Order: sequence, then C-alpha cells, then structure tokens
Amino acid sequence: MTTEPALAAVDDDAAPLTHHQLRELYTLMAAVRHLDTSAVAWQRQGIIPGYAPELGQEAAQVGSGYAVDRTRDFVFPTYREMGVARAMGVDMVGYMSTHKATWHGGMYNPLESRFAPIQAVVAGSVLHAVGWAHGQTLSGAPDMGVAMTYFGDGASSQGDVHEAMNFAAVMNAPVIFFIQNNGWAISVPTDRQVAGGSVAARAAGYGIPSLQIDGNDVVAVYEATRSAFAHCRAGNGPVVIEAMTYRRGPHSTADDPGRYRTLEEERLDAGGDPLERFKQRLLAEGVADEAFFAAAQRAAEEEEEAIRAGIADLGPRPGSEMFSLVFQEPTPALQSQATAWREESEHV
Amino acid sequence: MSETTTTVRSIGDSTDTGASDVQQMSMQQALNRALDEVLAENPKTVIFGEDCGRLGGVFRITDGLQAKHGEERVFDTPLAESGILGMSVGLAMAGFHPIPEVQFDGFAYPAINQIVCQIARMNYRSRGTLPMPITLRVPSFGGIRAPEHHGESLEALFAHVPGLKVVSPSNPHDAYHLLKYAATRPDPVIFMEPKSRYWQKGPVDVAHAAHGQATHDAGVDDGGSLTGARVVRDGRHLTLVAWGAMVSRCLQVAELAAEDGIDVEVLDLRWLKPIDAEALARSVGKTRRAVVVHEAPLTSGLGAEVAQLITQSCFETLKAPVERITGFDVPYPSGDLEDEYIPNIDRILFGIQRVLEYRRG
Repeated sequence: MTTEPALAAVDDDAAPLTHHQLRELYTLMAAVRHLDTSAVAWQRQGIIPGYAPELGQEAAQVGSGYAVDRTRDFVFPTYREMGVARAMGVDMVGYMSTHKATWHGGMYNPLESRFAPIQAVVAGSVLHAVGWAHGQTLSGAPDMGVAMTYFGDGASSQGDVHEAMNFAAVMNAPVIFFIQNNGWAISVPTDRQVAGGSVAARAAGYGIPSLQIDGNDVVAVYEATRSAFAHCRAGNGPVVIEAMTYRRGPHSTADDPGRYRTLEEERLDAGGDPLERFKQRLLAEGVADEAFFAAAQRAAEEEEEAIRAGIADLGPRPGSEMFSLVFQEPTPALQSQATAWREESEHV
Repeated sequence: MSETTTTVRSIGDSTDTGASDVQQMSMQQALNRALDEVLAENPKTVIFGEDCGRLGGVFRITDGLQAKHGEERVFDTPLAESGILGMSVGLAMAGFHPIPEVQFDGFAYPAINQIVCQIARMNYRSRGTLPMPITLRVPSFGGIRAPEHHGESLEALFAHVPGLKVVSPSNPHDAYHLLKYAATRPDPVIFMEPKSRYWQKGPVDVAHAAHGQATHDAGVDDGGSLTGARVVRDGRHLTLVAWGAMVSRCLQVAELAAEDGIDVEVLDLRWLKPIDAEALARSVGKTRRAVVVHEAPLTSGLGAEVAQLITQSCFETLKAPVERITGFDVPYPSGDLEDEYIPNIDRILFGIQRVLEYRRG
C-alpha cells in the first residue's frame, strides 16, 4: 500500500534479484535465524546475561540491510537489529558483545561498520539519522549517502519520531525511516500503541512518501528499501517504510509472553515463518535445492560456533576504560578518580 | 535596532584584528564575533537553532552570521529542542562541529534525553570512535523580568552528567575566548551565557586570552589558561566564589565591603565542570574564608560541590564553614519577585558577616 505522496520513479539499479542474490539472502536469513535462537540458548546456559531476540523478523532485517551501500550509507539501529548487522557484515562477536555485557554500544567499530552503536533508548537514534543525513546534504556530494534508522511500533509513540520526521521533511534530508511493526511493544499490542493502526499512514502528514510492506517477504523488503535508497540518493528527501512483521519470541530473555498472549494467538497472528516461506519460494522457482538449504544450515551452525567461541574468549574490558573513554580530553577530577580506583583496587 | 546595527559592524571589523587590539564591546558582540571567527576558521562548524538564521537569534548572538556565511552554515530549525540536539548528534557523527542554540535555559528540558542519554554518552558508548564536539549555547540565569522557564540555572543538572563539560563566562572578554575555546574542543560543552549581561560592555583583547589589566600577584592564574578559574579581584579576608552574572554582583559587594575594611577576593569559577579545584585551594588557602554565590536553588546546587572542594583542601585552615548564598528551593519566580530570589547585595553582605563573625565552639 502506497500513500501519497509517492516515491519518485527510479529505475536505476532496479533489476530483479539474481539467483545468486536470492540464495545469498537465504544464507543470511538462515545464519541470522540460527544465531538468534542460539543466543537465547546462550542466555539459558549462562553464556550471556540477556538477549533481545528478533525471531520472525529475519526477512525485514536481512532484506533491508542487504540494500545498504556500505561505502556511503549509515544505519542507526536500536537493540534488536542483529539481522541488519549480520546482513551488513558487522563483526558479530563485536555485535554480540553488548549482550555479553562487555560494552553497551558493542565492541565493533561503528564508523568502519557504517552501523551506529547499539541504542537502548527507543527512538533515541532516529534524530541522529536525520542529523547525519542533513550532513550529507551540507557536504554536497553527488550520489550522497543515505541514513537508515530502525525503530518499532512502540518507539513510534515517542515524540522524537515526530520531531525526526518533521525535521527530515522540512530539510529534505536523505533518510529512510524503517519501521518494523512487529505487533508488540513488550506486552502492549499495536492496537493499543498506534492510533490509526499504521505508522506509515502518518508520513502523509509530513509530505513524506511511505510504503507499508509485507515485512515477512524478504524480496519485497529488499525491493522497497532499494527504491527508498534511490529516492533519497537522488535528492528527493526522506521515505517511511513500515514493514509489517511479527515478534515471534519474547521481548527479551527476561520476558514471559505467556502473561499477555496465548500460544494459539501467536500461531494465528504470526502467519507464515518468513524463512520457511522464502525456502518454499526458492524451491518452487528452482533457485535452490535441498542440498543448498542443508549447506546453508551447516554454514549457519559453523558461524554460530565461531561467534560463540569469540564471545567466550571476550574477557571483561580493563576497568580503566570506564574512565578513559568518557571524554576525548579527560577532566582532572576524572583522572584523579581513575588513579584512586587503580590504587584501591590493586591494594584490595 | 541600534544594537543590531552595531553587531553587523563588528562582524565586518573582524578581519582587521591587530595584536593586543583591545576593544570595548558587549558580551553579545563578543559572542557574535567569536562565532563569526569559528565559522571562518573551521568549515565543519554549523550553527543552528530556533530563529538563529534570518533573525539572528532572539538575543542577536548569531546576528548577521547567516548573511555572511550562508544558509548551510547558519540555519533555522523547526521549534523542537530534542530535534535540535538529536540532530547535533548525527551531524557530529558525520564529522561536523555543531554549535546548536537552545533559545532559553528552560527549553533545554525537552531535550534532556538527547543531552544526557546521547550527547553525553556517545563517545563512551562508541569507545571513542564517535566524539561529540558539540557546543550547546544556552542563554542562562535570570534577571531580565522574563516569563516562566526563561530564568533557569541548570549548571548543577548538567555538571552532574558524566560526559558533559560546563562553562559560563561573566564578561565580554571571557565570553569571546571561552566560546572560541569551547567550539574547538572534541567534547560536548554546555556554554551558559548570562543573559542579563549580554548588553554590558567591557574590554576585549581578541589577541590575548589573558586579562591585560590583571591586578593580582604574579603566579596567580590571570585567565591566560582558558581551562581554569580566574581571580577577578584580589583580597585577603574572604573569597567570594561566583560565575556568570553573579561575578559582577560580587565585585560590587567587594567594593562595599572594602568601605568597612573587609578585603574580599572574588574568584570567577568560569568552568563549572571541571571545577578548578586548585584555584579554589589557592584562593581560600590564602583568605581562609569562603562564600559561594549562585542563582540556582540551594539544595544540591553547585555551591555544595564548591564547599566540599574547599573543605577538602582547606579544612585545617578554614576559619568558618563555607557559606552559600543562593536562590531558594522554589520555582524561579515572576519578575516582580526576581530581586527577592536572586542573591542581592544585602544577602551576600550578610553571608560575609556571618562568616567573619563565626567563632569555633
């Protein structure tokens, strides 16, 4: 469903996905699915203290992340974009380190990854994307970089989302607002969260073109995101994409969905599994065979083992980093606290 | 209108700065000139906020800058403080040096989430890969008979937040140099401008940060260091510690006290985070008595931090507990009651008297 105003017509780079690309998308989704379910197991096994699963959102995350041009675009995630990170090639040990409680923002380099530090404030980074995008306009480079900011139906209630969309439209900033409407904000369903039932529908009020798409169809997600990038890159201003999906797991490993929804409701509301759905499509279209899927699963398992080993090897960061990373130019008071901490901790 | 004309002329003059060129200018002119020069010197500097562009700001601090440097360098934003500060984060991530303005102190509150959770923490969260060289200008404090939320003193709130630095100039010379200094730092600085002092003129030596007419002993920091406090009046009997608009009031108090033979030293703290603890120790170590003066409410105000620092360094020689003369623990009142709220000369003199008359036991 497209609401007015429409995306600028773009036909560059709009060729259908090749079979190779389709298989690559599946491989990514399989890796993300396996890492995600494994991370929940890691938490149960005491390897990590917590995790926010994205189970069921693989198509929305991989499809959109796959459309990013890592040479010039920049992504602003929340805390549930593991699939985007994986699709963009972020170092996954560095990514998962946030869930190991190693460092809040993760240990990956955000500048090199083109993936901002993990953000725990819902809607916190939406305005950052607008500022970064406006910076591209100010820099005046042709074929400019585009910011893509992720948030959910819950975050759409935050005032910062309104300010961000309004700023972006007023300044014609090259930014994609990518909403994963996964039906739930912890325990509160979308119908108690989003008046009118659609975040995308709000875009019209800002004069921003919007797309409400099937977020469980990875090809549809990729194509919508690709066209949004082309729209922004050509200087046409922001785009809103609302990918309709379903949070099949708990909000986090500390959550108990049984307190607010039944298994029967989950089964009915979740619809088809995006990974299985894509698999059936690739089989039906002759793009891949069972041997390919088995190989993809093996690769996912090997990848998870390597990441788990990397996570296990992560020791705690030196306590001195608590002090040394606050400022570029530390204050005398902070330096003296660091000195006192070091002396007292060493003498214990 | 005449002020606007003057400001435009000051921009035009900025190119013919000679060595030790001491000029009389208001704090508004000094700040305007500092911003003009920062824009000229660093192409990554961008200035924005509500009415900062075409209007030149409600206090005219950015007057003429858009016309001179272009709409891409100096621009108006929608009326939304969280948006202004959140956008600053993204611009900083893209390599810019944002100098956003919050139009009045009280309007920083809608942006607290972006200031505290984002600006102050991004360098830390990103392990130093995404510094936040943001200078947030906040017209601050009271004294101009303004509506509600236009007379707040937020220094303790900001100073309490890890990752932020806070500075407040008291005179045009410091305003010029401290703003230029803050605007070239790699860390976020909250720049609190005493709005009641915008139109007071004073000598500004654009070529030298040190105050040329410093009267105190050699060896005492005369302001050449832009990171510390500054002794603005030498004295032997008691130190008044102040910042922003309270500095000039303390100087008035010192003159009156001198008539009674009380020799008061006035220390302009300037930096509210980090606080120049050595300057406090040096001054109060000499005078052995201190009164802290600020407009903000008493409880958990920055005066408590200053008093603790003094106690820490000067406990053995202090003649009396450090006194705090401050605003009250009330919402900032309407203009009619403003003079009852802001520390006035009499209240400060009473505070000095209590400290001088204090006897142990």
